Amino acid sequence: MPGIEDLYREIILDHYRTPRNRGELPPPAVYSEGNNPLCGDDIRIYLDIADGVVRDVKFSGQGCSISQSSTSMMTVAVKGKPVTEVLAFVRRFKHMMTLTEGDGEVDQSINLGDIEALQGVVKFPVRIKCATLGWNTLLEAITEASK
Amino acid sequence: MSIDSAVIRRDFPIFGSEVNGKPLVYLDSANTSQKPNVVIDTMAKFMREAYAPINRSAYTLAANATDLYEGARAAVAKFINANNAREIVFTKNATEALNLIVQSWGRANLQRGDVVLLTHMEHHANIVPWQMLQQERGIELRWVPLTSDFQLDLSSLETLLAGVKVFSFTSMSNVLGTINPVEKLCAAAHAAGAIAIVDMCQSVPHAPTDVRASGADFAMFSSHKMCGPSGVGVLWGREALLEAMPPFLGGGNMISEVRLDGFTCAELPSKFEAGTPPIVEVIGLGAAVNYLTGVGMQNVRQHEIALSNYVLDLLQSRFGDDITIHGPRNPELRGATFSFAFRGIHPHDLSQVLDQSNVCVRAGHHCAKPLMKIIGANATTRASFYLYNTTEDADALADALDSASDIF
Repeated sequence: MPGIEDLYREIILDHYRTPRNRGELPPPAVYSEGNNPLCGDDIRIYLDIADGVVRDVKFSGQGCSISQSSTSMMTVAVKGKPVTEVLAFVRRFKHMMTLTEGDGEVDQSINLGDIEALQGVVKFPVRIKCATLGWNTLLEAITEASK
Repeated sequence: MSIDSAVIRRDFPIFGSEVNGKPLVYLDSANTSQKPNVVIDTMAKFMREAYAPINRSAYTLAANATDLYEGARAAVAKFINANNAREIVFTKNATEALNLIVQSWGRANLQRGDVVLLTHMEHHANIVPWQMLQQERGIELRWVPLTSDFQLDLSSLETLLAGVKVFSFTSMSNVLGTINPVEKLCAAAHAAGAIAIVDMCQSVPHAPTDVRASGADFAMFSSHKMCGPSGVGVLWGREALLEAMPPFLGGGNMISEVRLDGFTCAELPSKFEAGTPPIVEVIGLGAAVNYLTGVGMQNVRQHEIALSNYVLDLLQSRFGDDITIHGPRNPELRGATFSFAFRGIHPHDLSQVLDQSNVCVRAGHHCAKPLMKIIGANATTRASFYLYNTTEDADALADALDSASDIF
């Protein structure tokens, strides 16, 4: 059995205890909702995109330490980035989570920074869904914003 | 305690091995139970020495297999005190049994505007099939609410039952542990002219069951929660009702005659057992029923009351206000299934940490999302005990909960 310390790294617990970008954004920002039917967790991602750039992002909802901290770290990483870069970033993250996203190549040179700490989640396959919940919801919000 | 769990545990091979050098603390029996040697051996022996089709062939092997299969049906009928074995229908699981009732009895008897009464503590299996019929037929669904102490609020039951055709409810909540007054509720349903359907998944494995005395018209439960294998569930129904119902699934075994212009149904219970049934599993369930009968269901119930008493005292004395148990305090009014919130730690995280101590609990919504919303939780952690659990298991749970606090 992998050690629990592989899962609950300090940076993850820090984002769990003190989530960044928690809250809501008023329209014209869009939002998407994601939920994990397995555990009942739900998350809402608010996204303000202008000129192809993520101007602001916030999240609300309930979830475990992994889903909450992963989403918190994700918001920090994507805020201010062009949407095209965000999409490549999500692909890179999901690749680390052993998942494929879209048809594009995974750019291994992308530095995930603190988010690398979530690599330990892979040793606990049940929790991969927790780690990716916010990210999948972000992708839905991006689709919503492009409508 | 009325049964010696140390002795019982020797019947269950899974408790003979350790994981990571620690004993298995299995507290997820409300989800699915562990299996005793006699069930495992009966199934293996049947497959090794006696496997054959049932109801089909004249050779001795097949005739013997049919006898074993029907012997299991007779054992199940006796276990729940059914009128006769024709009232026992084997399904894939209890969920299929409920769907069978809704699709067969429901579609034959319910029209637009007819009312079905459910409760706020139902499992999805006793909600969604009715909602499917609601979409198709425009039936109305009503709900019995809960009191603040996690009982059904029966103060307006008469009003709720007015004009109702079906009252379908659980005998014991899989989340709260609440045991419902089945006889009283069935009597109330009948007084209002409704039939009573009782989801007995959580009670049949844990206490003596007398379907005739219960007053129910239909009941269902699953093999895998009562020491039997997965893959088989039981539908019990009053013979006259089952007799009058149209078939559910069509195919082999459920017919007496098939012509190019139509078919005639087989007699009960084959009418509702289309296709090759889970032969091995049914025979395994028969062994489980005989095993539980040997232990004594009254003994199982007494054991779980004593364990509930211990668990409630232990968690209260060790954690006080840090733990919130969503369920009744009185062990006589509940089963040994405890859903709780602990120190604000998310149930997913909590169950992950408990797993490090080999303590197996369920985290999530327990297939009862409407109830979760009502008790104000997205998810809970649930520890559920059975005949093989001991006070040592409860102690291990409490110790593991303490270790979780160190991380978060």
